[in-house]
Amino acid sequence: MKDMIDHLIIVPIVLPLISAAVMLLLEERRRSLKGGIGIATTVILLIVSLVLLQQADAIIPGTGLRTYQLGDWPAPFGIVLVLDRLSALMLVLTSVLGIASLLYALARWHRAGPRFHTIFQIQLMGLNGAFLTGDLFNLFVFFEVLLAASYGLVLHGDGKARVRAGLAYIAINLTASLLFLIGASLAYGVTGTLNMADLASRIPALTPDDASLLAAAAAILGTAFLMKAGTWPLNFWLPTTYAAASAPAAAMFAIMSKLGVYVILRLWSLVFGPEAGALAGFGGDWLLIGGMLTIVFGMVGVLASQSLPRLAGCSVLVSSGTLVAAIGMGSGSVIGSALFYLVSSTLGIAALFLLVELVERLRDPGADVLAVTMEAYGDSDVDLEEEIGVAIPATIALLGGSFIACALLLAGLPPLSGFVAKFGMMAAMLKMNGGAVPVSAWALIALLTVSGLATLIAMTRSGITSFWARMSDSIPRVRIIEMAPVVALLLLALGLTIGGGPAMRYMESTAQALQAPQGYMTGVLSAQKAGESVKEARP
Amino acid sequence: MMELIFALAIGILTASGVWLLLRPRTFQVIIGLSLVSYAVNLFIFGMGRLRVGAPPVLESTEAIDPTLYADPLPQALVLTAIVISFAMTALFLVVLLASRGLTGTDHVDGREDVR
Repeated sequence: MKDMIDHLIIVPIVLPLISAAVMLLLEERRRSLKGGIGIATTVILLIVSLVLLQQADAIIPGTGLRTYQLGDWPAPFGIVLVLDRLSALMLVLTSVLGIASLLYALARWHRAGPRFHTIFQIQLMGLNGAFLTGDLFNLFVFFEVLLAASYGLVLHGDGKARVRAGLAYIAINLTASLLFLIGASLAYGVTGTLNMADLASRIPALTPDDASLLAAAAAILGTAFLMKAGTWPLNFWLPTTYAAASAPAAAMFAIMSKLGVYVILRLWSLVFGPEAGALAGFGGDWLLIGGMLTIVFGMVGVLASQSLPRLAGCSVLVSSGTLVAAIGMGSGSVIGSALFYLVSSTLGIAALFLLVELVERLRDPGADVLAVTMEAYGDSDVDLEEEIGVAIPATIALLGGSFIACALLLAGLPPLSGFVAKFGMMAAMLKMNGGAVPVSAWALIALLTVSGLATLIAMTRSGITSFWARMSDSIPRVRIIEMAPVVALLLLALGLTIGGGPAMRYMESTAQALQAPQGYMTGVLSAQKAGESVKEARP
Repeated sequence: MMELIFALAIGILTASGVWLLLRPRTFQVIIGLSLVSYAVNLFIFGMGRLRVGAPPVLESTEAIDPTLYADPLPQALVLTAIVISFAMTALFLVVLLASRGLTGTDHVDGREDVR
């Protein structure tokens, strides 16, 4: 039984792959069956990732982790999957968002184009793989898997705006992937390894010449990841693309920009930790400044947005900027609260993306973009379905309430988790260096406060135009299946506040483990034990 | 000499590719992406050090001198990178055609500059 649990680590990658493959064989018309398979897969994924989270939580910080050696090759030679607190947290977040967006899509979006469910599962597979892998080149492969799926999701639903945004999105991401390849191969050329733990352990032994080459490699890799995370000035594509994507796709993209942040956090704390000698803390200032500029850019964007989808896209930037800047601060307790912020803002942004489309229906029920694309696609059974949609009583109240909750969450006001996260980050920064707070920390505290205010102003303004000053009196048709994921995501954020103590403790020990990269290195490189137990399990 | 030619080839391919990437026509962008990806493939290959006449695959299971062999890993990586970039280029080509069909122009912004 214990060996079975060892194999659970690979389930988040293999399961979506299998279900995507099965769905490819099914006819396009059997959407409800596909939807059922999709929901079942994501629910199993959530259960598995919760079990993995519990497993990861049992690890003592800085001493070890669980690995899964693919093909049973020992660590530096084969590819390893690594489960620690950080990757388990991201897995849970991915599967939560997966269930929410998939449920939402079942209401109508999955009919707006072919092969939605297959692409969606591949996207989950790519995300999970990228979070689990401990190998640089394998990370590239999973990046490509999830990007290929995301290209499909961006274009899902068709239409001029999506194709135009998709074109820019694909070009930008292909370029970022090429940078990724250059960086990864340069790192290989210098250190002779692609395993992240092995790479980190070889840094202290590098000659100064090689060390500067590795710094170049890290800078190139960092550029590629910052592009994904949406850091200024590499983020002009992001609001347009996210605003153009269909609601469930955009909700999934909320975690894709966090993937860039995740990789930076993982690689940076591992490779340029205190043991790295001359390279220790390389590029931290760049992360800090880049992050702060991103907050400013996102803030201006939020204030200037004239449509809700764009506002949601710009709040992705604010959230990414906050995280990148907090990582650049490089202090353990700041990173702990930043992880809390990561979870809470991802939930908030995903809920906002889902909600925005429902609110847009309030504005102009006749000219729904979706209806136009549906017609273009020529799906006749859609109209029938839409009539069934129940105008749930108090629809407006529910929409408005959720909108207020999103605003509170993103602006960082009590009682939702955004407040706890921002408060935690500020408190940690004020305690840095034993009270002698550096200027950069004051600047970041000011920016966090001002960006919260800007978000609040912008959300209030668009809330007023959408709910109080609307032109038509008709109540939009919102199906329960569309409303439920939004409410569930917001309730999760509320739960994060109520369970703030244990959640914060988990984040703190995650940050603690990240600050002690030695634990990761020895955990991965001396993982023969796990391999042996796998071997014994074979007949 | 070999290294110089190799480096020049990568440099010229990258420079032409980046220039094309920044051009306004979608076809130029796709050719630019292809050129940069060729350059990147050569670069990955070069990261395994350039050797002439050294096989990457071991010929026997006996103990051998690894310095007589070329590094096989970058060659495997190049293969993966080629396949992926080829697939992505094909996908980009489809989107490019869709964009051409929907917007009626091959400008990357989906509309012509107003002069």
